[in-house]
Amino acid sequence: MDTLGYIEVLVRIAWLLGAVAFVIGLARMNSPATARNGNLVSAGGMILAIGATAVLILSRELLGPEGAVSVAGWAIILLGVAVGGGVGLWAARSVKMTAMPQLVSLFNAVGGGAAALIAIEDYLRLAGLGDPVRLDHNVFIVLDIIIGSITFTGSLIASGKLQGLIPGKPILIPGGQLVTLGLAAVTVLAAVVLFATGTPNVALMLVILAAALIFGITMTLPIGGADMPVVISLLNSFTGTAVAMAGFVIDNPVLIIAGALVGASGAILTKLMADAMNRSVINIMVGGFGGGEGVVGEAAEGGTVRSIGVDDVAIQLAYAQSVIVVPGYGLAVAQAQHAVRELADLLEDRGVDVKYAIHPVAGRMPGHMNVLLAEANVPYPQLKEMEDINPEFARADVALVIGANDVTNPAARRPGSPVSGMPILDVDQAKSIVVIKRSMGRGYAGIDNELYTNEKTGMLFADAKEGLAALTAAVKAL
Amino acid sequence: MIPDDILLLLNNLTIFTLAILVGFAVISKVPATLHTPLMSGANSIHGIVLVGAMLIAAEVDDPVGYVLAFIAVAFATMNVVGGYVVTDRMLQMFRKKPAAPKPAEADAEA
Repeated sequence: MDTLGYIEVLVRIAWLLGAVAFVIGLARMNSPATARNGNLVSAGGMILAIGATAVLILSRELLGPEGAVSVAGWAIILLGVAVGGGVGLWAARSVKMTAMPQLVSLFNAVGGGAAALIAIEDYLRLAGLGDPVRLDHNVFIVLDIIIGSITFTGSLIASGKLQGLIPGKPILIPGGQLVTLGLAAVTVLAAVVLFATGTPNVALMLVILAAALIFGITMTLPIGGADMPVVISLLNSFTGTAVAMAGFVIDNPVLIIAGALVGASGAILTKLMADAMNRSVINIMVGGFGGGEGVVGEAAEGGTVRSIGVDDVAIQLAYAQSVIVVPGYGLAVAQAQHAVRELADLLEDRGVDVKYAIHPVAGRMPGHMNVLLAEANVPYPQLKEMEDINPEFARADVALVIGANDVTNPAARRPGSPVSGMPILDVDQAKSIVVIKRSMGRGYAGIDNELYTNEKTGMLFADAKEGLAALTAAVKAL
Repeated sequence: MIPDDILLLLNNLTIFTLAILVGFAVISKVPATLHTPLMSGANSIHGIVLVGAMLIAAEVDDPVGYVLAFIAVAFATMNVVGGYVVTDRMLQMFRKKPAAPKPAEADAEA
């Protein structure tokens, strides 16, 4: 074995160590105490793997046959790393915490795009050689192109929906199912021809590419904004799989390991998220939920809604012993996390015990609410998970619900409603309930919330941010 | 006797299958609080595609290849750098804070 051979062995060992770091990093991210360290371990593994790759390319140029690495190749790598790294660093540093889910989706899109490009590039190289392509190689290339492209456009759409560039509500394409079926048929047909003949056919490859790109769009458009977290998680899992396929295409073990790792863990995570919302992944992907027609069941109709003024709420809050704040999607959308902390601080100064009840899926993504409130400097011990806070509602003087809907609906305790079985916060147990909400609009389950017609409930109709600001001013004036 | 290329394929499939099982096992009892950071952390890991993009870029020798390889490298680097930085920013929020946070400016004025 020559020197280059020894270097390649060392590089492969470095890749293996990188893969080990990914597994350890992911495992450590399972618990809040070790999560940050886990991410750093994973980042260390990534730096090691990428550094080793640079060493490999460099030694191929120095020790390998003449012209093993083109000058243009180096320019592309350095320029690409500079541009991509710069944009990524800038975006990650400057993004507001409320806009973070769409940024993650954007990073996911480019990851999937890169995986697809590797397969496309490799296919063009094979086409240039003109030899028949081996079946397994062909299969992995086509799978990489399909999965990577679907992830690319799908994640861009998801990101656009969360950012508000594309309407968040489900967009139904006329004959959408036919379009989807047609695209699938075209893809399968083209793939079968490619596999059967084995001769490289760039035109057919481009047909598959185009169909997959369009499929990513038609798949994501009909899904409502509230379901996007699950979709992003699913697409994240897809990207992992696409990267693993790219690993097969270029026979690279670290791509296969890391890709499969993310593909599998992403799938589990997607299921956990969907479970927390009491939805099935299939149900979400098929879309068209949210209408809720015909499934409303025997919800108690005809209750009256009591509207309540800012000053009344301020008095209730200021003279309460304990207040439990229930933040929801509406708070995240209105970016009212700082406003709520200001009100809570004021109440704490008056001796009121303030806690936050965090439903697992509150906010725009599971765990998102914790991040938002932590960003607003809400003390961590005040944030209570559902299991811990539910027994405390009965002792609370006021439950202040801000922009939360389905996760507080007592109808979930009975069968026969779309939210049945979903774990909920026992807000209705509190002595008094105040709901800050813009209107009587329904949550994404599309049903009325019985909490709002509860006789203990007062509705303060306002935007979360403005309502909280008005409340803070009113409490100060007392 | 198994030909070398088939042996390589089998080895790759073995690695792939075992890595999938590890991926299933490593995520089990995550508190919901960590779902989003964990997803973002997994998202950064598939930035490993940069290794493939670099290896491809080193070998291209035609204009179309240059463009494709450049986009692949830039995309993958963005995935890696952005992914890890944004995950770290999220997790930074979970530090245990001292019991008394510094009072808001509005309170100080009041």
